Amino acid sequence: MTQVNSSPVQFELNGQAVTAAPGETLLDVADRMGIEVPRLCHKPGYRADGNCRSCVVEVAGERVLAPSCCRAPVAGMKVQTNSERAQKSQQMVLEMLLADMPDAPRKWDADAPASGGYGELSDWAARTGVTVRPSLKGIARRQPQVDASHPAMLVQLDACIQCNRCVRACREVQVNDVIGYAFRGAESQITFDLNDPMGESSCVACGECVQACPTGALLPKTLVGNQSVDREVDSVCPFCGVGCLLTYQVRDEKIVGVKGREGPANESRLCVKGRFGFDYAHHPHRLTTPLIRRADAPKDPAQLEALSRDSRNWSLVFREATWDEALDMAAGGLNTLKAQHGPKALAGFGSAKGSNEEAYLFQKLVRTGFGSNNVDHCTRLCHASSVAALLEGVGSGAVSNQVNDVAHADLIFIIGSNPTANHPVAATWMKNAAQRGARIVLADPRVTDIARHAWRVLPFKADTDVALLNAMLHVIIEENLVDPDFIATRTENYDALVANVKGYSPEAMAPICGIPADTIREVARAFATAKSAMVLWGMGVSQHVHGTDNVRCLIALVSVTGQIGKPGSGLHPLRGQNNVQGASDAGLIPMMYPNYQRVTDPKAHAWFESFWGTPLDDQPGYTVVEVMDKVLAPEDDPHKIRGMYVMGENPAMSDPDLNHARHALASLSHLVVQDIFMTETAWLADVVLPASAWPEKLGTVSNTDRMVQLGQPAVSPPGQARLDLSIIQAIAKRMGLDWNYLGAHGGAAAVYEEMRQAMHEVIAGITWERLVRESSVTYPCLSDTDAGQPTVFIDDFPTPTGRAKLVPADLIPANERPDDAYAHVLITGRQLEHWHTGSMTRRAAVLDAIEPQATASLCAADMRQLGVIPGDVVTLATRRGSVSLIARLDEGTPAGAVFVPFAYYEAAINKLTNPALDPFGKIPEFKYCAVRITKGGELTPQFGYAVDAVA
Amino acid sequence: MTVAQPIRIHKPRPTLKGRQPTVSARAVIAELMGGEAPRRDLLIEYLHRIQDAYLGLSEDHLTALADWMRLSTAEVFEVATFYHHFDLLKGDEKAASLTVRVCDGLSCALAGAETLLAEIERLNQNPDVRLIRAPCVGRCEQAPVAVVHQRPVIHATSETVMQCIAGDERTHPEASPEGDFDPVTHVESSVVTTDDNRGIAPAYVGLQNYLHHGGYQFLRDVHDGRVTKESVLHAMTDSGLRGLGGAGFPAGRKWQIVSSQPAPRLLAVNIDEGEPGTFKDRTYLERDPHRFLEGMLVAAATVGIDAIYIYLRDEYHGCRALLTQALKQLREWAPMPLPLIELRRGAGAYICGEESAMIESIEGKRGEPRMRPPYIAEVGLFGRPTLEHNFETLYWVRDIVQRGAVWFSGFGRNDRQGLRSFSVSGRVQQPGVKLAPAGITLHELIDTYCGGMLPGHTLYAYFPGGASGGILPARLADVPLDFDTLQPHGCFIGSAAIVVLSDQDRASDAALNTLRFFTHESCGQCTPCRVGTDKAATLMAEKKWDWDTLNDLATVMADASICGLGQAVPNPIRCVATHFAHEVR
Repeated sequence: MTQVNSSPVQFELNGQAVTAAPGETLLDVADRMGIEVPRLCHKPGYRADGNCRSCVVEVAGERVLAPSCCRAPVAGMKVQTNSERAQKSQQMVLEMLLADMPDAPRKWDADAPASGGYGELSDWAARTGVTVRPSLKGIARRQPQVDASHPAMLVQLDACIQCNRCVRACREVQVNDVIGYAFRGAESQITFDLNDPMGESSCVACGECVQACPTGALLPKTLVGNQSVDREVDSVCPFCGVGCLLTYQVRDEKIVGVKGREGPANESRLCVKGRFGFDYAHHPHRLTTPLIRRADAPKDPAQLEALSRDSRNWSLVFREATWDEALDMAAGGLNTLKAQHGPKALAGFGSAKGSNEEAYLFQKLVRTGFGSNNVDHCTRLCHASSVAALLEGVGSGAVSNQVNDVAHADLIFIIGSNPTANHPVAATWMKNAAQRGARIVLADPRVTDIARHAWRVLPFKADTDVALLNAMLHVIIEENLVDPDFIATRTENYDALVANVKGYSPEAMAPICGIPADTIREVARAFATAKSAMVLWGMGVSQHVHGTDNVRCLIALVSVTGQIGKPGSGLHPLRGQNNVQGASDAGLIPMMYPNYQRVTDPKAHAWFESFWGTPLDDQPGYTVVEVMDKVLAPEDDPHKIRGMYVMGENPAMSDPDLNHARHALASLSHLVVQDIFMTETAWLADVVLPASAWPEKLGTVSNTDRMVQLGQPAVSPPGQARLDLSIIQAIAKRMGLDWNYLGAHGGAAAVYEEMRQAMHEVIAGITWERLVRESSVTYPCLSDTDAGQPTVFIDDFPTPTGRAKLVPADLIPANERPDDAYAHVLITGRQLEHWHTGSMTRRAAVLDAIEPQATASLCAADMRQLGVIPGDVVTLATRRGSVSLIARLDEGTPAGAVFVPFAYYEAAINKLTNPALDPFGKIPEFKYCAVRITKGGELTPQFGYAVDAVA
Repeated sequence: MTVAQPIRIHKPRPTLKGRQPTVSARAVIAELMGGEAPRRDLLIEYLHRIQDAYLGLSEDHLTALADWMRLSTAEVFEVATFYHHFDLLKGDEKAASLTVRVCDGLSCALAGAETLLAEIERLNQNPDVRLIRAPCVGRCEQAPVAVVHQRPVIHATSETVMQCIAGDERTHPEASPEGDFDPVTHVESSVVTTDDNRGIAPAYVGLQNYLHHGGYQFLRDVHDGRVTKESVLHAMTDSGLRGLGGAGFPAGRKWQIVSSQPAPRLLAVNIDEGEPGTFKDRTYLERDPHRFLEGMLVAAATVGIDAIYIYLRDEYHGCRALLTQALKQLREWAPMPLPLIELRRGAGAYICGEESAMIESIEGKRGEPRMRPPYIAEVGLFGRPTLEHNFETLYWVRDIVQRGAVWFSGFGRNDRQGLRSFSVSGRVQQPGVKLAPAGITLHELIDTYCGGMLPGHTLYAYFPGGASGGILPARLADVPLDFDTLQPHGCFIGSAAIVVLSDQDRASDAALNTLRFFTHESCGQCTPCRVGTDKAATLMAEKKWDWDTLNDLATVMADASICGLGQAVPNPIRCVATHFAHEVR
């Protein structure tokens, strides 16, 4: 345990009078003074453990040496790091450890001249002149076997120095608890689970351990041995909304590794996708040439599942084209339809995977070039209902507090979210909080991994969110646990809420939601009386026909208890995509201009007409699912959509009721798809434009925490593939728009600066130069000197009245309830390894190796009832479609339900989902429909994404 | 359209990642745990329940236990593998139906443990009976010792051990509570006569007998205020009583320090008597448990303790039964509210006798010593200020306070003060616990307490403080034995475990025995001890010792190890260098 001083301390270090700042250890002070002291088990950011003893120093008056990494100075202490006695032990420790190293080197840097074979151990040995005497080398320990069982990581414990950094990485940092320090004495060994091979263990491959290992005992398989690379480039993770900063390691123009980088959202942590899912960018399936559909190739959605995912296999459907020809045809088709049918005949789907600049420019293209507000993106499928409720209730769609503010929370209420799978690094903050004593409440029909860290788990019946939440509100109001001051000064419509929840006693709701009344009362009381309480939620809340109502209840919960507008208390919808926050902010939604300014608001409308210098449509456009309906509208519908430009989205996999969506896409007169792979949507296109992957781009993305973060290009796009930003501008030019964004990388900086003006009310203080300098800045940020506001709503809410609006909600059942024919509930979602429709992650060798095929999660009781054993094929059928896949035993899945991830084209579960929409957010009910499960079925043959899966 | 050929079908995992608890293992765990709510700090107790019932820990059971406790399997595994009394069963491996442990500690080695081992191995034809070595089992005066499951066989021969195996005598016999024992009657004499050594379950002073002889009156007096806490504290301080576990910290001062810390304060009692050569705590405990409990409760009342945790080494199966019974009777009888008292069972780890390692173990973790500062008096068990005492320190509280500090401090030789319970074993006529004045010399101890050396043996060397206290030659047999007197000779008295070597022994062999013991018992946390013990033991098995390397290893172990184990390992090495180098030159 490290001692910590709370005030400055004067002491003597190597004969020099020095002052230690509060919190500094002897080692910190030595480092600051430029005094070199070896250290191996110490890693900045990790708890100092003091076990290696290579940093021992001599403290006058003490019998034995002290580990400088764990020892705080006290006033007047006389410390020597370089006395003969101290150096003897420092060097003996290095020599003893070196003596047990294998003959073969394990980790070195070929560019560093003095590099030995065992990473930091060799470095320190070289710096202190330590070599191993033969008598010790001659009695080296018996070495453990190499463990190559994991797709991503190589375990060579012959280079292990038992420093425990990996144990702390796994247990204290990421809190995955897979690595233990087992056995005793000289037999001590790090182990996975019950000393299982890493590849068969419960390891989630976050890779924190390989990042922590000093000697090469744990290494990423892509960077075994020599660590030298040609360059390292700072960027942001391209997967989820947590927004982890990372560094790409590039060798021979290929990314060969990813390191977690010190960022405010991740503090160098990453998950399996971010750390090991990078090779999709170099996959041979990448689109490298513009393609135009052959005249004789029909758009047949039925063929989609049998198609090769290899874009080199396009020749019967597409022909290669030059960029000019393809762009002419792409823009020409759009121009023709607009000329024939008016601006409403066109729609564009941008992407939450692209940069802010791309999102901004894409919506500007649709609004000023297509001439309507028919622009949307996948936010519609994820948090649209959350945003609707938040805008209505608190006046802002973004989070009130950042995820890592859970560090200040007394109670953490997680509802409808599986954070360890979907926001893994965000989940680490929650688990860290639980370790220091915060109480986690997990309210979710599925009992997922975070449950192990929870104080209470509320596995309520799917679809009964409002019943549970209203019952909690009932308790809080009935037992007078409200915050009357907050209600009086910061909210409106409280009386209506009180009146509404009267009928929702826990006793009445218990049979509906399946949670005992006592438990509801206990949790409600704990929430209301906690010193601080955060609510974090995911798609389990939003993807319902009552998604907006669910969030209204959450807003009411924090408002009546005053658990918002202060540290550790507030609302955090965990955003899914890396830039879903930014894309929405940038106006990639049909009802709002950048920064959520409604197109129907005359002031905003006038401002943007003037800003962009062109007349704008003042009516909201259609949302994602509505667009599909409008494609299939009758010919005489003036709003029938006939032509689309889809950039980086894959509605042919991600939309509900895929047969319908695919039919719609295939029915378009003109479809332009811009992507990096031949997605299911691209297969139905008329023109396919090869675009750039994230590691090839310069641009900004905004994470779930409202941080604008800058990514630098690490590698170049393959073949003729172009930057998305350039492609949008090329289309714009051909649609008659006179844009002029100068500068490198598609003029990213210039586009950003224009966007900053359009969004000056929130990001005025975040200039491009500042981003280049700081990598990450939180908004709202209004000036150069503004550090950004991590917590908002401290004094008021950005609503017209400045108060939070409480909106009562009543029980609305799911659109499609189970019945005799379809007796189970189908819940869809994501899984740890695969991103959304799988186009990227299934082409990442490691991710594909860990999760190669679709599975249906069922609990043991349901399996027994169905006569199924784990690993059997089952067939799921709804009124809209059916798929066959492998049954997986998952005791966290509630009885009567089945969970399926939607990343697998060969078992595209969205063929089964229900397109019923939430009336406010227009979000489909992905989290609930009636399904029939039967044993057996024919698996759709897999065509494989990964060409060379790592062994 | 192109229709590609399927490339491959990889089967996905049929379950979630990692091991999943099976239905049957879950049922086993549920039954063993009998409806209790899981407690993280009881992990070792739970492992004992499984080990006791199934003679080993299967992977299925560990997985189900982890699931029940909401721990990861890694957390359970690292604890289970730390303690040598847990037998981890890999895959389908079956547990041996009977385990026979032959003590190869210092005294047992002198008494022929190696021959005994070899003989039993030769005679045992049953593959289901497992024969293993065990570090010191704390019965050095009864050497050599074997333990058949939980039944000690003292003065063991291969015949008596084989008889025990054949008869499946595997439990420790129950002791009678009708005993009569008062330590004061043994002052300046042997605590146990040689004849008693034949028994492994001597009669003890049960509650009735103890009350009959005025027991617990002192506790009542303290509780009712007839004896003030201040006077207790004064008596403890004035008596000069020092911690009798080995470190020798003045007991009264410890009480004062802990009582000044914020509540809740905890008391941890160390009966992990594991220092090779030491058996005094067992000797008193198996005869007179209530005197200890009374001292413990007086300490708790004086210091203001909320909960007491008694940590008893697993090898003392008889003591555990007796103490469990004594605590039960005490709770039933107690005329005043008692603090929470929990009896915890070690699981085969010498290091857990180190105060902070013991605390870790009570918390259900690996017994890895903590770094200090902070001291456990400030941040100890469960993060609370903790008073930790060796059994014997508390055992003397009643007599010291009742008879007066001067009674205790009045004993002593050679300017030393107080009484010490010497555990004497090795080449003497009458080994056993000797309640002698502090400062006595080895010569006096052997001659007046032990009936002299064994016939045909001449004094050659002795360990003054168990395996870690170093080795002194016969010519230093007149040094007063006490705290602080042996440091000039590179030794310490520790738990006052005297192992006597004769001209038929080699000090270097004994030193190697201790190094092997330390290698076996090193917790593995810090480099100097983990690597140093192992390397030193290897080098010391050579005919000629590599003094340069051994000296360097000794230096780093003494200077840079985290705890006293590693810091003391050099003692036997350096003593051989100083006094017995001729043996290994």
